[in-house]
Amino acid sequence: MKFTSISGLYDSRSWLYLGIATAVLCLLFPIMNMLVPEGSIFHISDYTVALSGKILCYAIVALAIDLVWGYTGILSLGHGLFFAIGGYAFGMYLMRQIGHDGSYHSDLPDFMVFLDWKAYPWYWKFTDHFWYAMLLVVLVPGVLAFIFGYFAFRSRIKGVYFSIITQAMTYAFMLLFFRNETGFGGNNGFTDFKRLLGYDITTPHMRLVLFVLTGLTLITLLLVSRAIVSSKFGRVLTAIRDAESRVMFSGYNPLHYKLAIWTFSAMVCGIAGALYVPQVGIINPSEMSPSNSIEIAIWAAVGGRGTLIGPLVGAGVVNGMKSYFTEAFPEYWLYFLGLLFVLSTLYLPQGVLGLVNKIKAKKIAKAQAIAAQTEGA
Amino acid sequence: MVEQKISESGATTSISAGHILQPGVLDTSHGVVLYMEDITVSFDGFRALNNLSLAIDVGELRCIIGPNGAGKTTLQDVITGKTRPDSGSVFFGQTLDCSKMTEPQIAQAGIGRKFQKPTVFENHTVFENLELAIKANKGVWNSLFGKLTGEQKDRISEILETINLASLYQWRAGLLSHGQKQWLEIGMLLAQEPRLLLLDEPVAGMTDHETERTAELLNSLAGKHSLMVVEHDMDFVNSIARKVTVLHQGSVLAEGTMDQVQNNEQVIEVYLGR
Repeated sequence: MKFTSISGLYDSRSWLYLGIATAVLCLLFPIMNMLVPEGSIFHISDYTVALSGKILCYAIVALAIDLVWGYTGILSLGHGLFFAIGGYAFGMYLMRQIGHDGSYHSDLPDFMVFLDWKAYPWYWKFTDHFWYAMLLVVLVPGVLAFIFGYFAFRSRIKGVYFSIITQAMTYAFMLLFFRNETGFGGNNGFTDFKRLLGYDITTPHMRLVLFVLTGLTLITLLLVSRAIVSSKFGRVLTAIRDAESRVMFSGYNPLHYKLAIWTFSAMVCGIAGALYVPQVGIINPSEMSPSNSIEIAIWAAVGGRGTLIGPLVGAGVVNGMKSYFTEAFPEYWLYFLGLLFVLSTLYLPQGVLGLVNKIKAKKIAKAQAIAAQTEGA
Repeated sequence: MVEQKISESGATTSISAGHILQPGVLDTSHGVVLYMEDITVSFDGFRALNNLSLAIDVGELRCIIGPNGAGKTTLQDVITGKTRPDSGSVFFGQTLDCSKMTEPQIAQAGIGRKFQKPTVFENHTVFENLELAIKANKGVWNSLFGKLTGEQKDRISEILETINLASLYQWRAGLLSHGQKQWLEIGMLLAQEPRLLLLDEPVAGMTDHETERTAELLNSLAGKHSLMVVEHDMDFVNSIARKVTVLHQGSVLAEGTMDQVQNNEQVIEVYLGR
């Protein structure tokens, strides 16, 4: 017997769409931003580039949460923490790049001068090296997630209990980072960045470079995630989501699988945070607030869990709405977000992507029905 | 045969033990695949199992019957590591102590379990269900990069024939009928190549025809594997049983052939005769 169920990463049509998306991000955006004159309707403003870059970072986070929530059934309400930690890790490097240009013209960042510290604390060591900082960006969220996940999964904490603990974790870290003595700038966090790898960080060119980098990272991570979920490993993850006891009695240890995907997901969030901070120019503890993490879960829910593409769409749609709403009716945004969540849970359990698939299926069914009719006639 | 083993490995020190102990490998040289001794399990003071002792021989097909609450499911929970006994010991072969192993370790050592309610991976295809169950290295790394070998594929198509789902291998398991799901789950057990199969009410919800075929299947498995079947359906038990154990209030009430058990006065009192 020949089995034909195992297919490649994507079909040719999806590869085409992916190619188009890459071209839009890497060619169309830069061209329309830099070469098209400002008055033209085809011009993309610096503001739009900055906003889109931010949303792309959020999309990476949405991808990360889909791996753990959509595929493995672990709802994390603390992914904002890993995102923020990645941002802080890269922020340390950006702070070191300020050099003597701070308002106190000291070796140390302004907030340390303000605290009357004479030297960098030990955990700031080597953060002036770019590659070391990049290493911290993935390692710190990864190690934290590994330790947290090991104890949580080993104790078989599941469902809503796990979600609540992740909320508590991000809240605890927010309080920790709010303290000035923690050494990360207290409630002001890090800001006033000047340079990245020696180049001025505030120029439109730098913005564009960061934007394209973020886009390429997103697409690379999408392909990696797709490879993960279409491997046997991915099928074990989905099996854990659907029937964990069967997985155990089939000889798999769910602890190892959950821990692997959970840690990977946290590392991806760290990368997103590191790309986010130089683009928005600030990182502070409010990024760790519980509501931020809940919002991340909403992106995935609205877009469609367990589809990889869905959460990316969700991150785009929700954040697009957010940037419109917070300008037009700033007081009502949270109400609207809540409403969106309730409505999508009630009427779109599969999210926007589920709706699209449903419409597609209906169209196909209709076409088949018509074909059958004409055949009959 | 014992001597041959020793000379093969070149070891001389373990002559007194008769054969060489290999850690983690099932040792059934005494002809018994499962020993349970003095097992007690209580839930909030209720003794689900009460000083239960039981042994299953290699290749045996054992039926466990008993009224509701007799401890049949708890018994399987204890064997598979889901429930830890308060006291007593469970040995798989001579050497593997199930009370010190995790569920996946026990499963890998060679105990397969079918649940009362058919539990398959509903969002995976029939083929993928078997692929996940098939005996292989079940570590993370191997799952990420490993591929099914030709041998494993042959084994899967063999099992698909056995469980009569060959034409449906691309179907999502959630679309199967109740009886087909039961069969798929049995197929998943076979794919694990276990030495001991625990089946909790394997014919519940099956049509008469399906029940008949299941009985045939289980009969053909006995000998190659050891089986422990928990069942309520007396006709079915009659059609497969060689030896029956009756549980009552967490202990073994009677053990023997179906005839012996059916004529046992205690059994008639608590179970059969009402």
